[in-house]
Amino acid sequence: MSAIRLRIGYIPLVDAAALIVAADLGFTAAENLDVELVREVSWSNVRDKLNIGLFDAAHLLAPVAVASSLGIGHVRVPIVAPFNLGLNGNAITISPRLFAALESRADGDIADPKVSALALARVVAERKTRNAEPLTFGMTFPFSHHNYQLRYWMAAGGIDPDEDVRLVVLPPPYMVESLTNGHVDGFCVGAPWNSVAVDAGIGRILHFGCEIQSRVTEKVFAARESWANEHPDVLAALIRALAAAADFAEAPESLTAVSTAIAGRLGVTPELVARALTGNLKVAFDGTVRANDRYLMIGRNGAARPDPVQAAWIYAQIVRWGQAPLSEESLALAQAVFRPDLYDAAVGVSPPLGPGEAADGIGGFIGPAFNPADIAGHIAFWRTKRAGKPQLSVVR
Amino acid sequence: MAETRKGSDSSSPGSQPQGGQRDSSLKIAIVDESPIRAAILEDGLREAGFTQVERIAETHNLLVRIYAMDPDVILIDLESPSRDMLEQMFQMSRAVKRPVAMFVDQSDTASIQAAVDAGVSAYIVGGLKKERITSILDLCISRFNAFHRLQTELDQAKDALDERKVIDRAKGVLMKAKKFSEEEAYALMRKTAMNENKKIVDIAQSVLTAAELFK
Repeated sequence: MSAIRLRIGYIPLVDAAALIVAADLGFTAAENLDVELVREVSWSNVRDKLNIGLFDAAHLLAPVAVASSLGIGHVRVPIVAPFNLGLNGNAITISPRLFAALESRADGDIADPKVSALALARVVAERKTRNAEPLTFGMTFPFSHHNYQLRYWMAAGGIDPDEDVRLVVLPPPYMVESLTNGHVDGFCVGAPWNSVAVDAGIGRILHFGCEIQSRVTEKVFAARESWANEHPDVLAALIRALAAAADFAEAPESLTAVSTAIAGRLGVTPELVARALTGNLKVAFDGTVRANDRYLMIGRNGAARPDPVQAAWIYAQIVRWGQAPLSEESLALAQAVFRPDLYDAAVGVSPPLGPGEAADGIGGFIGPAFNPADIAGHIAFWRTKRAGKPQLSVVR
Repeated sequence: MAETRKGSDSSSPGSQPQGGQRDSSLKIAIVDESPIRAAILEDGLREAGFTQVERIAETHNLLVRIYAMDPDVILIDLESPSRDMLEQMFQMSRAVKRPVAMFVDQSDTASIQAAVDAGVSAYIVGGLKKERITSILDLCISRFNAFHRLQTELDQAKDALDERKVIDRAKGVLMKAKKFSEEEAYALMRKTAMNENKKIVDIAQSVLTAAELFK
């Protein structure tokens, strides 16, 4: 029987690891699938080509899968996410100049996001007093954890991300250049771009994404719901291939093979990829390393299994930042995007999560435990600083 | 998604001009890092009667420049990562102007597919008639395809030139090493290529590689 041909879109990032390993190291071939990975330059392209059927499936920002299924910001195309490609994996990188400013105003350990957020609020206030331009931060897409994690962190310090700073969408390959020429003061992006900025001596990693929230679904393996319904066997085979690839990618002895395969697709050195995979990141040009094994989780400790709590969290961020109004119907639709049933059917029922995972499934560094049944309460907790309507995200 | 009408002062019902806008009054922004293709597109649009066409090649401050220009239609190359920057405009909720993606109307999947295949994407601002957009997009698709053909021909011409150079150099090697005339050198390579069922340029390349090794 000849192999089933599939076109799958991706953006060259380390968190496409399971997909790249599955396609390039024989895991999809073992399932009799002939996968063509198509490199894309923008999330808009990935989303549109998935929506109109030019791709069978794609490596996608988890919040885009939710937004697309709800028709927020774009056409409504129901998407299913039966496999998480990666949890966490982002970092906030700032210019050495801003880092020095934060450090001098920090009341405690700057590696603590509570401390750094308050220090940032002081810098923002001082700039306002002397009528300086607001600080500008880059993030990758309106519907992304890069956007939401920056906002969550800033708001914890009392900053209104829509009023007090500028948040701009920047394609990842432009991040480093924009920091170099001063167009942004910092950014939140996935691997390998933070490390590229550190190695170039123009950026300092301030926080790992997992220090902001210990467990968020960053990228999903996404397919159109209609396609998934028409091709259940192909989808199950893909999930099995991805699960096997994720396990392989997490095994310490595979590090060289996996880093090399990913580096080949990304056009960077395997060493840079290995930093993200192992969670040992050089955070400053002087060689200071910070280690956190939660930095990027691929398949480990239930990372690959879709969790509807994560979809609810994403929806809560969409509402919190004014991208859509709150409705029970939308919440239910959002949660239905993440499909643990498809995952379980393909690979079998997973063991319960090991110790060390946050009780609410998210593990935010500040604020109440997340309760998917009370998103209104979640929003209300945060809507305290400013009077009036919830703040809407505005580009100035 | 509801379309928001253009201009804060025209948001009241009935204040929009009747019968749509004239083509010549449409402001069109072209975001394309390829200056040649952008020029081809601009020429085409001007020939079709659109007088207000502006090219934006630089990505820095893209949104600021687009707000300043206030276009009715934004055309962007799908190969440009800057497309994601444009998507941020959908998030503007307080500003009155709000672009609506071309892909919002899914009724015409074939034309959307054609646009994506050609590599162009269009963002339109609410209040424009669909037929008008379709005609602009059709024009863009044909121009993008024309550019692509041009590029392919150029690449082929370049490849042919490169092949000629390799063959000429290999001829030179053989003429020197075996005291061949130019015709004899070429004939030998052609014969070898035929015998080995290879292209003559591959044989020529092998000659050059071998010559390099024997240096």
